[in-house]
Order: sequence, then structure tokens, then C-alpha cells
Amino acid sequence: MTEKIIMTADDIRRAMVRIAHEMVERNRGAEKLLLVGMHTRGVPLANRLASIIEGFEGKTVPNGILDIGLYRDDLASRGLTPHIHRTEIPVDIAGRYVVLVDDVLYTGRSIRAAMDALFDLGRPEKIQLAVLIDRGHRELPVRADYVGKNIPTSRNEEVQVRMKELDGKDEVVLISPDSGQAANGKP
Amino acid sequence: MSQETDGNTASARTVERMQVPQWRHRHVLDVDDLSRDEIETVMETTDAMSEVLAREVKRVPTLRGKTVVTMFYEASTRTKASFEMAAKNLSADVVSFASSGSSVEKGESLIDTLRTLEALGADAIIIRHRESGAPYVAARHVGASIINAGDGWHAHPSQALLDLYTLRQRFGKVEGLRVVILGDILHSRVARSNIWSLTTMGADVVLCGPTTLLPQLPCRETPLPGDLLPPVEVQPDIERALIGADVVMPLRLQLERQHAGLLPSIREYTRMYRLTEERLALARETAVVMHPGPINEGVEIAPGVAYGSRSVIQKQVSAGVAVRMALLYLVIGGRAR
Repeated sequence: MTEKIIMTADDIRRAMVRIAHEMVERNRGAEKLLLVGMHTRGVPLANRLASIIEGFEGKTVPNGILDIGLYRDDLASRGLTPHIHRTEIPVDIAGRYVVLVDDVLYTGRSIRAAMDALFDLGRPEKIQLAVLIDRGHRELPVRADYVGKNIPTSRNEEVQVRMKELDGKDEVVLISPDSGQAANGKP
Repeated sequence: MSQETDGNTASARTVERMQVPQWRHRHVLDVDDLSRDEIETVMETTDAMSEVLAREVKRVPTLRGKTVVTMFYEASTRTKASFEMAAKNLSADVVSFASSGSSVEKGESLIDTLRTLEALGADAIIIRHRESGAPYVAARHVGASIINAGDGWHAHPSQALLDLYTLRQRFGKVEGLRVVILGDILHSRVARSNIWSLTTMGADVVLCGPTTLLPQLPCRETPLPGDLLPPVEVQPDIERALIGADVVMPLRLQLERQHAGLLPSIREYTRMYRLTEERLALARETAVVMHPGPINEGVEIAPGVAYGSRSVIQKQVSAGVAVRMALLYLVIGGRAR
């Protein structure tokens, strides 16, 4: 397995600042925003976005945590029982511009589950999606409104987002199987 | 559940317990099968379920397509309703049986009954039975997940877990709390399961009651290895037991005990062991009163105490649905049939 760094800590910081500005620009202000970080790594990302927005808009954006474990469509087929964490949204969703925040957008199934969860919690006025990495391979008609970086990947690769709050440092790596591991030796 | 809403409540939080091992129990037979870590997992999952129960629409699609069957060979109000509501809140299909009115009256055996239920599509079967060990027999003979809702005098794991959750909500953690279980310990599956769960989580457990209703613990001359028994204090004097207590849990006195000759009279029992306001005053200021229900008002507990400000009995009932949702999710949430 080879690991290649595709975003450094500075790259991540710059992307987050840009996304924060785009978010406030597109929504014409921060008043109705509600950031919802998807457990696990969407949570520190959402926290950072809220801080950045507070820094340049002077407004406090409410910030929640969403765990989609109870809404996944793939529980039975994967034979897993993922650990469920508490969903905590500090304000009423009704009338809000909810921005879902996640680290990697891949098949889109997690986002579908997140939207189901949000609709069970209330009626948002809008739902937008911010991701640090879009790695392609969508299986559902889902798209991100704000993207840190687009990385074309193949299905046997893995994108790992590491965050200081959880992993000790900020970086995004692409993990690929070694060329010698391919079935017929082709790179 | 209720947060100080400064609008940014998520910011200070980090993810706890990152390395949570995969849940590996197919059944819930007793709390003594669970490690401390696993009990923590149940508690955290219950937290998530509590949030669902705080919503206007208390439903999530997690167990959609799964079938949960309750099979109660003994009467129950709260446990049965609680499990059924838990399953429905998770969008499972629920079918309920009581032994009366079923083919059990025609003499059908436990194993045949459960195999039939499984063949009809049950993913989980919730059993209450008057014979200790019945759920263990069930677990050996069917592929469905078996959840013990009370077997004889032996165990009532979901009750112990909801009691634990209630105490965590009140005190934050259970470690170091002095918990007094009061009454007919000998015949109580609630007491047994609570003894295991509370000692595993580090509480100090005190058993108090008439000596005829306390389990016979080995005397010093013939000690058993320490790890076969949880460390508990036995104190037949109610006033000594209650001093400094954080939690008092009187158990229901089954009125049949008098007929079995274990008590001189119910009146004498209530005189010596009823939890009254005066006796409760010996406990700490912050102490709480629990009871698994149903209450024999005036027998093991004075009504003023049962419905007073220190009682968390109603909270136990609400915790019960959340805990049972957590248990159902953990045992059948991820399994394909």
C-alpha cells in the first residue's frame, strides 16, 4: 500500500477559508445558516467553518452533530453494527439553510441517509453540502455545493482525511495498492 | 438532551472512545455476559436513542423489514409495552404473544413455540419465562436473537441496564456510588442483574433485608474464589444500611413469601423494612429512590417516598424504552437473516 499526501495542512486551511467565504456569499449572509457536521470527521470540519465565518462575518453560526448510523441502507448487507453516537442539533431546523459538512463524498449514500435524518428532525428551508474531498463514483444523484478538492480515484483506492482534533495532524492522503499487488502485474 | 444553546455547542466536543470494538453478542441473556466496555457501548447507544425519543416523531427506519416477537409466559405491563414500543420506534414489525391464549395452553413446548416463531420470520424474540435459564435454552435452539425479559429468579438484564442509565443521567457516573438494594433479594432477578451491572461499573452495593430473604453468601471458613462473586456488603439492619446511601432501591415484596413461611407477617416486614421518609432521611441529601415496578404501595415503600421529589421511578420507565431500543439495534441492527 502506498500513501500519497494530496493535501497538506496549509492546503486544507486555505480550502476551508475559501469554502467558508463561498458559503456566506452564496447564502447572502450567515443569518440563517446551520452547519451540521456528519459524524465523525465532518464534526471538526464544521467547527472550523463556524470559527472561520465568525472571524470574518462577526456572526455566530449554530453548529450541530449528525450521526447517520440509524439511517444507513447498508447495515444488513455489511453485517456491521456501527457504534451510534448522539445526534445533537442545538437549534430548530425549520426555516434554516442547513449545510451538511462531511470529509469525503463518494457514493452519496451517506448524504442520502443524512437528508432522511434531517427531514425527520424538521423542515429545513434549504440543504446544501460542503465536503473537503469529492472522490467521484457517485451511485446516487447527489452533488456537493462546496468542494475543497476534487480527486479522481479508482475504487480500490482509499482517501483518508486526518484532522488534528482526532488524528493529531491535518492532512489528506490517497492510499493505493502497490502496483505489484495487481492481479496480472499491470501498474 | 437539553443543551445550553449558545449556538455553538458542538465546538468543544471531541469524539470519545474512537476504538469501539464491534458488538459481538447475538443475544442479551444477562448483564454478566457484558464487559465494562460493552456496557459503556449500551449506554452510549441509549444516549442516541434518547435523542430520538425527544423528537416530535419518535421513529427511525433502522429496523425496517425486521420482525420482533414478544413471548411472555409471565404477566408484565411495563417490560412488555416498553419492548414493543422500542421495536416500533425502530420501524420493526412487532408481534406479541402471551402464553395464555396461545398453543402453550395445548401443551406446546418452549422450543417448538420458538422454532415456530422463527419460521414465521422473527429476527428477535423477547422472552419472559418463570423458569430460570429458559432464554439460554432458547438461544441454543433457534437462530433468532433472544432477549431475556426476565427468567425466573435469575436475571433481568434490560432492567439492570435501564437502572444503570437512569443513575448515569442523574449522577454522571456510577463508580463509587453507595447503592442499597432493599427487600426480597433472594427471589429477585432484578436484584441479581443489578448486582452484576453495578459492581462491574464500580458502584458499592449493599444488600439489606430480612436474613430469610438474603442470598446465602459463603462464610469465611469456606471461601469461594473472589471472581465468582461480585463484592457486595450484606447488612440486615436497615438503618445501618441506609446511612450515606446515594441510591435506595426497594424491591417489590411478593405477598406469597409470607405463605412460604419466610416472613412472620407482612406487617412485621413493613415495620422493619418499609422505606419511609424517616429512613430515607438517613441517606445522603442527593440520594435517589428507584423501584423496578410494580409498587406494592405501603408495603415496601411509603407512597410519599414513591411519588416524592427524590423518586426517579418514572425516569426509569422512560429510560426503559431507550435502553431497549439500544439493545434491539445492537443485536439485530446489522444482521442479515
